[in-house]
Amino acid sequence: MLKIFDTEIISNAEVSANIFKLEVAAPELSQIAKAGQFVQVKVSDEFTLRRPLGIASAKNGMVKIFYRVIGKGTEILSTKKTGEHLNILGALGNGFDTNISGRILLVGGGMGLAPLLSVAEKIEADVLMGGKNKSEVDFWIKEFRAEVDRIYITTDDGSFGSLGFVTSLLPEVLEYDNYAAIYTCGPEIMMRSVYKIAEENNLPCYVSLERRMACGLGACLSCSIDTASGRKKVCKDGPIFEARAVFS
Amino acid sequence: MSERLKTEICGIKMNTPILAASGTFGFGEEFADFVDLEKLGGVMVKCITLKPRAGNKGVRITETPAGMLNCIGLENPGVEKFLIEILPRIKNKMNVIVNISGSSVEDYGELAKLLNVDGVAAIELNISCPNVKDGGIIFGTNPKAAAEVTSTAKKFTSKPVIVKLSPNVTDITEIARSVESAGADCISLINTLMGMEININTWKPTLGNITGGLSGGAVKPVAVRMVYQVAQAVKVPVIGMGGICTAADAIEFFLAGASAVAVGTANFANPAVTMEIANDLENYLASRNLNLREIIGQVKI
Ligand SMILES: Cc1cc2nc3c(=O)[nH]c(=O)nc-3n(C[C@H](O)[C@H](O)[C@H](O)COP(=O)(O)OP(=O)(O)OC[C@H]3O[C@@H](n4cnc5c(N)ncnc54)[C@H](O)[C@@H]3O)c2cc1C
Ligand SMILES: Cc1cc2nc3c(=O)[nH]c(=O)nc-3n(C[C@H](O)[C@H](O)[C@H](O)COP(=O)(O)O)c2cc1C
Ligand code: FES
Repeated sequence: MLKIFDTEIISNAEVSANIFKLEVAAPELSQIAKAGQFVQVKVSDEFTLRRPLGIASAKNGMVKIFYRVIGKGTEILSTKKTGEHLNILGALGNGFDTNISGRILLVGGGMGLAPLLSVAEKIEADVLMGGKNKSEVDFWIKEFRAEVDRIYITTDDGSFGSLGFVTSLLPEVLEYDNYAAIYTCGPEIMMRSVYKIAEENNLPCYVSLERRMACGLGACLSCSIDTASGRKKVCKDGPIFEARAVFS
Repeated sequence: MSERLKTEICGIKMNTPILAASGTFGFGEEFADFVDLEKLGGVMVKCITLKPRAGNKGVRITETPAGMLNCIGLENPGVEKFLIEILPRIKNKMNVIVNISGSSVEDYGELAKLLNVDGVAAIELNISCPNVKDGGIIFGTNPKAAAEVTSTAKKFTSKPVIVKLSPNVTDITEIARSVESAGADCISLINTLMGMEININTWKPTLGNITGGLSGGAVKPVAVRMVYQVAQAVKVPVIGMGGICTAADAIEFFLAGASAVAVGTANFANPAVTMEIANDLENYLASRNLNLREIIGQVKI
């Protein structure tokens, strides 16, 4: 059952330049949310559309979201204060499979790490994370530390972890363990390369896609994509897809 | 359900005069968690064409001041799949009004014939989609062609035929009169206004289709004006739409002459908005001890 929740903001703080961590009290939502699902946030009455944001964590009656300020909507969201209320529609989308047996490797770049954190919260996983620089991975390390066994890090400028992209380190990481699957989220070119490497290693690979959305309910077709099994809506049939179905 | 809001348009019994606008409400089911579908006057389902269509490529929507642009491009599963898979699922849950579009006059006739089946309350001829070259806009901007499409559809169906007009014309009343004399049972308006957005960093249009249709609050004054003009010009009932977000907006359309209204873009920000509009409309009427009929077309000039 989908619902509109009136939530209270517990905190909304900048964790790195232009990246915010938003925590809201949402007891029911935090119970029903599955890893990899997202919400549509009503930033204010002045906007015609809600803004889709991934659920990064859902436990103890709280829902955590990480967002980058990139335009008007996220900018106004970043000015919201503790105690203010936020109207949230959710939980939307299919979510990742968390009944899979075996250890999962999470591969995320930038804000793509948000939905992966919600997976780490639920199942056995390691994470390979990439960011622009140290400041863009530091806060993720803090979040993931309690949820995963191993954290592998790359930064574009080499200011922390290995220099380069997650895809340069991925083949090496895959040698350290027998992973059951790769779950990935981040820029689409990154996910495509991750998928290629997963194929070479005969590993199932699931990706979380992003498209502009209006309804978030599968009604308006703003977010349609072609897949191996026909037209799909990212908001309803996704955002999680088998990589093979969308990238090959 | 309140008696005060009950109405009938072209023989279709409606529990409220609030409908859902085509393309914004899927096939109704998507909103079932938020809306009592029977409380809606009807659901104008996503546009159906003879063959399945994939729609436009690239970015399909963007938010604009008090509105949005879309260029979905009539993506739909085609009439056959609609009849076999979708209609049986939804027909007993709501008044199903099927929005149809074709690239020739014959297409409209063929669609009207195929949809002349149990479970379809009415058909709405979309002669106003600005987002595809063959999406009917050529019919919607030419009074003669609009009349031809209307009379052809009428020939092949016993259902009420609603003709949906495009605002992208110089004189809306000319088209309205023309489709009325061709046999339209009802006129709905407005479809989206053609618009465009350019990204100043890339110097490229935001939308994959370059242009798109503007909807939402921003278009409301244009829509109210056109509904007013059309209601003056024709005798058939008018279903008004364009930027309705609240009961107050809806009431403006009734006063301008609409017998019912449809809500589109506002469903995105609040999927339960149609129910709120129905309740607030009821309160407005109750507090003045009025029936819906008593406000339709009552703008004082
Ligand atoms: C399923 C899903 C989950 C997401 N999760 C996150 C997340 O956890 N953290 C995060 O920082 N971002 C996430 N995004 C991207 C986020 O939705 C956009 O950054 C945000 O909508 C931008 O809004 P704006 O008003 O600031 O930007 P503007 O550019 O002013 O927005 C204009 C319009 O474009 C849309 N838009 C712009 N960029 C995107 C984008 N990348 N994806 C989808 N719509 C976009 C907006 O929603 C709005 O309708 C997610 C997107 C999707 C589809
Ligand atoms: C995403 C989207 C898709 C639409 N698709 C259709 C369509 O398939 N057929 C049609 O006749 N109108 C379509 N419309 C137009 C609406 O039905 C309506 O006429 C218009 O949006 C004005 O109303 P509003 O401002 O309340 O949205 C669409 C509008 C939007 C925003
Ligand atoms: S956002 Fe409306 S169908 Fe996906």
